[in-house]
Amino acid sequence: MQIVVDLNRCQGYAQCVFLAPQVFELHGEEALLYVPTVPEGQDERVLRAAAACPVQAITVGEQAGEGAGVR
Amino acid sequence: MSSETLFRRITDYAHRADPYPLYAELREHGVARQEDGKYLVGTYNEITALLHDPRISSDVRNRTEPDPDLQPVEGLPPAFIGRDDPEHDRLRRLAMRPFGPPHSPGRIDTLLDDIARIAGQLADGLRDKERIDLVEDFAFPLPVTVICDLLGVPAEDIPQVHTWADTVVSGLDFAPGEDPGPRRRAAHEARMAMGLYLGGLAEKRRGRPTDDMLSALANDEGPDGRLTQEELMVTAVLLLIAGHETTVNLITNGMLTLLRNPEALERLRKEPELMPRAVEELLRYEPPVQFLPQRTPLADVEVGGVTIPKGVPLVLVLASGNRDPLRFADPDRFDPARRDNVHFGFGSGVHSCFGAPLARLETQIALTTLINCLDGPRLLEDPPVYRNSPVLRGPRHLPIGQTGR
Amino acid sequence: MSGETRDGRIVIVGASLAGLRAAETLREEGFEGELTLVGDEAHPPYDRPPLSKQVLLGRAGAGQCGLPARRELNATWKLGVAATGLDPLGKNVLLADGEHLPFDRLLIATGTRARPWPNPQEGALEGVFTVRTSDDSARLAAALDAGPRRVLVIGAGFTGSEVASACRERGLEVTVAERGRAPLIGALGGTVGDWATKLQRAHGVDLRCGVTVTALKGTDGRLTGAELSDGSRIEADVAVVCLGAVRNTEWLADSGLAAGPRGVACDAGCRVFTMYGIVTDDVFVAGDVARFPHPLFEYQLIALEHWGNAVAQAEVAAHNMISPGPRRRPHLAVPTFWSSQFGLNIKSVGVPTFSDQVVLAQGTPGDRRLVAVYGYRGRITAAVTVNRAKWLEHYQRLIESAAPFPPGPGAADHLADSEPVPSDVPDPRVLTHGPTVALTGHLPDRRLTLIRPAG
Repeated sequence: MQIVVDLNRCQGYAQCVFLAPQVFELHGEEALLYVPTVPEGQDERVLRAAAACPVQAITVGEQAGEGAGVR
Repeated sequence: MSSETLFRRITDYAHRADPYPLYAELREHGVARQEDGKYLVGTYNEITALLHDPRISSDVRNRTEPDPDLQPVEGLPPAFIGRDDPEHDRLRRLAMRPFGPPHSPGRIDTLLDDIARIAGQLADGLRDKERIDLVEDFAFPLPVTVICDLLGVPAEDIPQVHTWADTVVSGLDFAPGEDPGPRRRAAHEARMAMGLYLGGLAEKRRGRPTDDMLSALANDEGPDGRLTQEELMVTAVLLLIAGHETTVNLITNGMLTLLRNPEALERLRKEPELMPRAVEELLRYEPPVQFLPQRTPLADVEVGGVTIPKGVPLVLVLASGNRDPLRFADPDRFDPARRDNVHFGFGSGVHSCFGAPLARLETQIALTTLINCLDGPRLLEDPPVYRNSPVLRGPRHLPIGQTGR
Repeated sequence: MSGETRDGRIVIVGASLAGLRAAETLREEGFEGELTLVGDEAHPPYDRPPLSKQVLLGRAGAGQCGLPARRELNATWKLGVAATGLDPLGKNVLLADGEHLPFDRLLIATGTRARPWPNPQEGALEGVFTVRTSDDSARLAAALDAGPRRVLVIGAGFTGSEVASACRERGLEVTVAERGRAPLIGALGGTVGDWATKLQRAHGVDLRCGVTVTALKGTDGRLTGAELSDGSRIEADVAVVCLGAVRNTEWLADSGLAAGPRGVACDAGCRVFTMYGIVTDDVFVAGDVARFPHPLFEYQLIALEHWGNAVAQAEVAAHNMISPGPRRRPHLAVPTFWSSQFGLNIKSVGVPTFSDQVVLAQGTPGDRRLVAVYGYRGRITAAVTVNRAKWLEHYQRLIESAAPFPPGPGAADHLADSEPVPSDVPDPRVLTHGPTVALTGHLPDRRLTLIRPAG
């Protein structure tokens, strides 16, 4: 499962950090960092974080074009 | 009826069970000036604009005419909810240090098991009862136990704390025709007593830290220094009151809404993974804080084609914005799977709810637990009897019957 | 929607953010025909912003930055193969493997690539990096893991500043060389750039402004240091070349389209112009490679290297590709972007370089929290927040409504004595790095008249 956050929308409410602290992190007071590939066992927390985002900036889904790569 | 009387009608207890038609009327009028000079705003876009406008103050000391209902307690500074930046920001940052990111990012996550355990114990107590009062038996004790534990209030003091909290909240009530003096004085006294009590608890832990927020507020020193004793007192009072009065209503309104919408309840029983979104929908549909009565423009501010003058009371009706058909499709429908749900359940902007993540988790766990444990639940009174407050709106009691008992 | 727009063959050249979101929008809005995405990189779509932040900080792997799908696509992916040409008459895209890919409608989303170090021999030294692709970032992260004694960052735009920030946070010594007089000056102007100068120095960056790197030095094929235009020498075992981006338009050289070093010119609906300024109706463009007219900026063509623009423009382009004329929409989104560096969240709305003045609207300059508002001829055109993101949408509203500059009083944290000062937007030619927003002129001029910007 992959996540991407629209950081133009993000206003730093940090609900995702509270709800999935192993995936989302505040860097300083407001800048959001996150692990784009959801670590094992964190799916439920990430979905909770995505639902709670007050500006609905978090997209969760399977890797786009999965299997299409030639690597 | 005249839009000038909307605020009077919204706060009238007769409309407590269903204020939503009044909110629809408010939206028709856009920005509605009231007979007493207040300005009411109930449309989504205008509320958003004002919540993000740095010229809108949360400090009632900026009112041209002091509002007797919203006077700060003498001898105590206002808490951060009633301050503006940069002071608001500093106080909120200090309060956040032991509660959440960036300093304590995992604090709320570590409460998950505790909340589930407390909810489970309370639910066990409901199993053999034919008649439940959801408020007294579940929705009240859950968040109060959690917030008291988090702050470091001993369990034996909870009844006293609850009495104070009730008195403080009833001081916020709007009761037209009644002399609010005695109620307000009692509220001020309760707030002061609560502040002294919580300040005393923190003082005892200074230099002897324990694993709770009061101790951290008393001992931790961050880049912004520490809260003064007075700041600590008002902050702790705010966290304690906000930490349970609102969540009680959210859980109670949640169960009420699910029992009124059996298909939604059934869907959540089958798809428990929907619960996080269902709680967001609940925050939109029945927000625990219906309106923000404390705002004041620091300059003439134009919104929705109306100029709101500097210094007047400005009331943002969040619960009305949440039902604005220009923003939400089919807004009066409770849809637990609703997408793009950017609601005002916790406000928005710099003053957005401090305890939101805790309230979210508590409510998700509470409703999931209740759905699983109640056997054929049904409302015994609909509508139920509501609390007085039009702001912190929720049932005083919610009698629920179980079949098969 | 008519059957004709719903069916047929759509080819998207470019399989990154814009290409992916366009493809998803096509399906979302009912396109049922054949859909093919062509990408020159072998990886499925990934997100680039983390590559200069989380990845360099060691919080995430470069290979972990894949983009989540919004929906099923039912598309053919041709990854690891570049488009090399376009035959607009025969309606074919030529691929590097010799294939001719026929299309009814085409979306160009080839984006940009990192501008390489101008001297190829020096650029080939071990220890010299750029940061644009996932592979770039993986290599640089590995080099930083090895604990270099000093990192030289060439160019102090957003990417260079983020790289420098990550290095400092990892405890590495960093020298930043910038030809302009301050960091971020190309995006935010000199006044805010001066603030960034103090920020970088406070975080221990050895910041050298007003200089260029004249040569990279190496021994046995390994970087050992650099010579600067002021005669000084720096020892460094890693150099990160952050000179901005080059638009991937070479493959369109013989296409007859208005495509050149400044991008591919299009109308407000993302339809590409020919080199004569005549609009096409079957070739569309979106993302970093596009230059489009924006009414807020006097209909000048602007090119934006912004994540949000790639998404918004891709959605508009896709909608228009499958909609009859009257249902088409213009791409009018106000430009927005963010950067995080030195523990600060920097966000912008509007185009700060489209300004003559700037004023501190909220906060204090010494503070790490502030709002700067930009104006052009008495109108608000941009705002930048530092750790103050919750106020940004207020200023976006002011930009959208052409509110007067400077903004009126009233903000609770507004300093009474802050007055507008010149925003000091430099001529792009004086920068080391290319600007991330380029105001590229009023007309979709013939590419023959375009002058290649100074490298």
